[in-house]
Amino acid sequence: MVEKLLEVKDLKTYFHTFKGIVKAVDGVSFKLNKGEILGIVGESGGGKSVTGFSILKLIDDPGKIENGEILFNGENLVNKSEKEMKKIRGSKISMIFQDPMTSLNPLYTIQQQIGEVLKIHTNMNAEQRKQRCINLLDDVGIPQPEARLKSYPHQFSGGMRQRAIIAAALAAEPELIIADEPTTALDVTIQAQILRLMKKLVKEKNTSLLLITHDLAVVAEMVDRAIVLYCGQVMETGKIDDLIHQPIHPYTYGLLNSIPRLNDQKKRLSQIEGMVPNMFELPKGCNYAPRCDYCQERCLKEEPKIREIYEGHRVSCHYPLSREGSHE
Amino acid sequence: MFKYITKRLYQMILVLFVVSIIVFFVMSFTGDPVLMMVTPDATQAQIDRARTELGLDKPLITQYFIFVKNILRGDFGKSYVFKQSAIKLIIERMPATLELVFVSVLLSIIVAIPLGVFAGAFPNKRSSKTIMLGSLLGISLPNFWVGMMLIFVFAVHFRVMPSSGRGEVVNFLGMRISIFTADGFKHIILPAVMLSIQSLAILLRLTRAGMMEVMKQDYIKFARSKGVLQNSLLFQHALKNALIPVITVFGIQIGKIIAFATVTETIFSWPGMGKLLIDSINRSDRPVMVAYLMIVAFIFVLLNFIVDIVYTSIDPRIDLR
Ligand SMILES: Nc1ncnc2c1ncn2[C@@H]1O[C@H](COP(=O)(O)OP(=O)(O)OP(=O)(O)O)[C@@H](O)[C@H]1O
Ligand code: SF4
Ligand SMILES: [Mg+2]
Repeated sequence: MVEKLLEVKDLKTYFHTFKGIVKAVDGVSFKLNKGEILGIVGESGGGKSVTGFSILKLIDDPGKIENGEILFNGENLVNKSEKEMKKIRGSKISMIFQDPMTSLNPLYTIQQQIGEVLKIHTNMNAEQRKQRCINLLDDVGIPQPEARLKSYPHQFSGGMRQRAIIAAALAAEPELIIADEPTTALDVTIQAQILRLMKKLVKEKNTSLLLITHDLAVVAEMVDRAIVLYCGQVMETGKIDDLIHQPIHPYTYGLLNSIPRLNDQKKRLSQIEGMVPNMFELPKGCNYAPRCDYCQERCLKEEPKIREIYEGHRVSCHYPLSREGSHE
Repeated sequence: MFKYITKRLYQMILVLFVVSIIVFFVMSFTGDPVLMMVTPDATQAQIDRARTELGLDKPLITQYFIFVKNILRGDFGKSYVFKQSAIKLIIERMPATLELVFVSVLLSIIVAIPLGVFAGAFPNKRSSKTIMLGSLLGISLPNFWVGMMLIFVFAVHFRVMPSSGRGEVVNFLGMRISIFTADGFKHIILPAVMLSIQSLAILLRLTRAGMMEVMKQDYIKFARSKGVLQNSLLFQHALKNALIPVITVFGIQIGKIIAFATVTETIFSWPGMGKLLIDSINRSDRPVMVAYLMIVAFIFVLLNFIVDIVYTSIDPRIDLR
């Protein structure tokens, strides 16, 4: 029985800067079921973080959610007031940030920063909150949690800080956790530990996870489904196995080819040619056209619409690939 | 912690020692006090006798050592004018000055911090821009002019505020204090406003700059993602971080307030040690000047010490060693 938790429909978040409008998120739609892990992947600047922050409505000036619905348990967050959102943030939806070195307030103890969530969102008294903090730190694998409560962030290593942040995110047992590149700032062995830990905790509690990353290798091991973002638009979405083994969009294919581990049969590592286009002057037609090996006349004139290729697999491309590397 | 404090105490003594050298020698080059003391028609013999009496005929170095020896015994010499112990004169007038300084500092903090937090957290609001414009005026208007305008508007034109003196005083912990009487409170408002304007403006701008910087930090966004309420976000999470650099500067500002009190006290005839200093300068009353400078230097050094302690107690990353 799958139950839908989050549905984003045609979300548009624009930044109105001096130089012009940046369409950071431009018509993104996706669904997330209870207990499911969904990946958002793409290169830097693709709009992954902005998508995540839009869900919590933490978009600051000059940014604005221009259009779309964010249905969370059937309620549209876009219409919620700041006051209502404050009740949701941290309790129903919480977030984990990219850099553990900067996400914790240097002047507050670990206990204060985790306990704060409980203080705001639960009726626990001080003693209960302390006990819960200890349990949470234990859950995220911090040794001697009780002795660590009074530590300040600077006394923790990066990996431990990220564990503490995960503990804070889990504190009020949210239904959805948005993790924005949670391991990018950590070294590889710690990365794997943290990811395994997150997956375990999320699956245990049947929490949904939106995992934002530019690293497809991370996604491959973690997520059930993924969406591929490019220039604020969904290029491809589907089950992770299909995406990895049978990418249909040339961009996904390019991303996969730039990962060493996943295509060991090839001698040389390829890279997507060219650069992410200037957000102020997006090309006419398909945004990926200037870098696409399969680009044709039509791609330069007409913007591709997202369509379902087969059950649960959607692609936005005029000339989708059929098999790996070959053309329809 | 203990080691840190003893180390700081050594430093304080060293600084005061250096200050004593500077004060003494600079003083020695400013006019001849003997000429101010004797009657204009005094004979050379009378002048010489006065000089010997004051010990001013000895070599400078000897004078300095006598001076230091006396200071260590708490003796700054007798005022040439009042024929009383200089240090006693200063200490008598100290409560008036400290009271004025205290009220000014409090006023600066109470007004500047909330406005600075607001202007830093919402820099694009029109009210923030108005606040910043106001603070710019506060910094650039000359202090004495502000004082005179305050007197002109509130004391002369509207006649709602007294323009001079302390008003009624009461005894509090052995000091004569005026803020606890209604009359005294009325008297302190204008001088305190004048004295605080500049430091208020500086404190406000520093707080705003700190807040603007801090509000961009990840930990603020993380706190917001936890659902932290606006007030606690601004006044706890953000302000505490923003204040760290501000505290150091504000310690120096308090010192400046004490220094500027001399001007304020003169304008408002506030009977504090600042006014005594100005009077003493006019009369070349050297022992009083020296005593004032040493006392103020001591207060400065003490303030710096307190600031450092406050600073380290706020920031857990600083290890006291
Ligand atoms: N405050 C802002 N003002 C203007 N433009 C912004 C702002 N924040 C984000 N953008 C723009 O929105 C686009 C998407 O940014 P976003 O941070 O979502 O990318 P991302 O996919 O998370 O990239 P990364 O992997 O680097 O984190 C970028 O082009 C960026 O320049
Ligand atoms: S629409 Fe054309 S240019 Fe765009 S990705 Fe598909 S093939 Fe390439
Ligand atoms: Mg990002």
